[in-house]
Amino acid sequence: MKILVGIKRVVDFNVRIRVRSDGSGVETDGVKMSINPFDEIALEQALRIRESGQAEEVIVVSAGGDECQQQIRTALAMGADRGILIRTDGALQPLTTARALLKVVEQEHVGLVILGKQAIDGDYSQTGQMLAALWDRPQATFASKLELGEGTARVTREVDAGLETIEVELPAVITVDLRLNEPRFVKLPDIMKAKRKPLDLIEFSELGLSAENDLAVSNYHPPAARARGILVENAAQLVAELNKRGLVQRSGTPSRSTKK
Amino acid sequence: MTKILIIAEHDGNTLNPSTAHCVSCADAIGGDTEILVLASDGQAVAEQAASTKGVMTVHLVQGGHLEAPLAANWANEIVAMADGYSHILGPSTTLGRDLMPRVAALLGVNQVSDIMAVESSHHFKRPIYAGNAIVDVQAPEGTTVVATVRTASWSGAEAGGSASVITHDAVAGPVSHTAFVGLESGGSDRPDLQTAKVVISGGRALGSSESFNLIYALADKLGAGVGASRAAVDAGYVPNDMQVGQTGKIIAPELYMAFGISGAIQHVTGIKDAGTIVAVNKDPDAPIFELADIGLVGDLFTVLPELTELLS
Repeated sequence: MKILVGIKRVVDFNVRIRVRSDGSGVETDGVKMSINPFDEIALEQALRIRESGQAEEVIVVSAGGDECQQQIRTALAMGADRGILIRTDGALQPLTTARALLKVVEQEHVGLVILGKQAIDGDYSQTGQMLAALWDRPQATFASKLELGEGTARVTREVDAGLETIEVELPAVITVDLRLNEPRFVKLPDIMKAKRKPLDLIEFSELGLSAENDLAVSNYHPPAARARGILVENAAQLVAELNKRGLVQRSGTPSRSTKK
Repeated sequence: MTKILIIAEHDGNTLNPSTAHCVSCADAIGGDTEILVLASDGQAVAEQAASTKGVMTVHLVQGGHLEAPLAANWANEIVAMADGYSHILGPSTTLGRDLMPRVAALLGVNQVSDIMAVESSHHFKRPIYAGNAIVDVQAPEGTTVVATVRTASWSGAEAGGSASVITHDAVAGPVSHTAFVGLESGGSDRPDLQTAKVVISGGRALGSSESFNLIYALADKLGAGVGASRAAVDAGYVPNDMQVGQTGKIIAPELYMAFGISGAIQHVTGIKDAGTIVAVNKDPDAPIFELADIGLVGDLFTVLPELTELLS
């Protein structure tokens, strides 16, 4: 079985986000870029499946400019067998990304697709579900546990109500949550080895797709700041302050709405 | 003509409050608002939906395979009903985030994720980068808007409506490739995190699941819901359904009290819309104090019992 893992180049999650003053976007010049953390978890899971003998090959795919080759090389250093870059100048929105991924899935006869549950830049959380829909295959999103059986996957999903378990037939699309695993660190010799691993380029323009029904995104701005708070010295002062603001009554129940 | 279909979230018996938040968003868009209840036996849920103010019609589609909210089954029913609606909305809960993109793809549109404000029928505001930036998003005119509603940005529509309920049979059969196995819930009878007026949360500094009893004691005094930081969940002190933050629940209680939570950006994202934020932490430099309306630098193991005592 081949496993396809999608990775996205994003602003590193430790970087403090700055919105450009002209509202045209988020500052990425001179900013550290990394693999989307959820995608690293997806890749780690794919590697573990291959190492357990349940898959033969792990392919990583990314869509974007040539600079995305850096993140693909990192994924290859982690242990992926080969990489594919769907080269495009503009950022693809989820529907178009899903359509492009479907092309790769069909070309490569992939048995399992593992993606991050969302990218930490656009926070869309759509691509995996869309790929599953277009492929007419099952989806198992927000996975915190994954067990492969004979042509099936049993997936525990982190949902608001707790932990939901579903069983899906393969091929399927699985999107992963943070607690699924802890991705391995890349070792220096692996970085050298990764340079020799194959990385194929596919021009997006040659896939026969066009970006349809894109959302127009504009007017990037920082969120409204909260008013500066106060410090109190001890529990008694805290209770007095809560009382003053009408947030707790003596009975301890909230008495006044402060919600905007 | 704006005609909005809201996908109801429920557990088979009770309508989830997230649905009423979607109705508020639909009110802001304007137009006729209808609710779709997909269920195995959904009469009770449909009646609750019908009593939501601002709702004109409730459609109840029943089928055994619709009992568990499997996206593959639910999406097929929604798509079968989509004709004639300008908007299809779901909550930005794990249900909506799983389901709605599948619907959007089947309808050939991108989804507008996490609507926090409505500018016009096809023009919205939404957060990106974990809420560190806000953007305007415009869906193409003439296409169906499929969207999730950021529930913390909207208050719930009130009761007092009297919509009619129309019952339909499911049109699509069950998909054979996906089966529901089970749901293991945290099993707390405390107020639901996403609707509680007061939420008390604990972080890694609690140090153990036993120490969370200090949090529960205060929460019981205040009738509060109990949350936790990712660190506390990862450490195994509490189950995952208590996690507040970007990868957990995004909440907007009137009062939020954080104990021993440093205030990592991923946690802060989940509480920014709270009315008043109280932080208690030993570390005066903890980032949570930048956000807190009332801060107390101190040891939570001293402060928590004192507070519980003082509020008795």
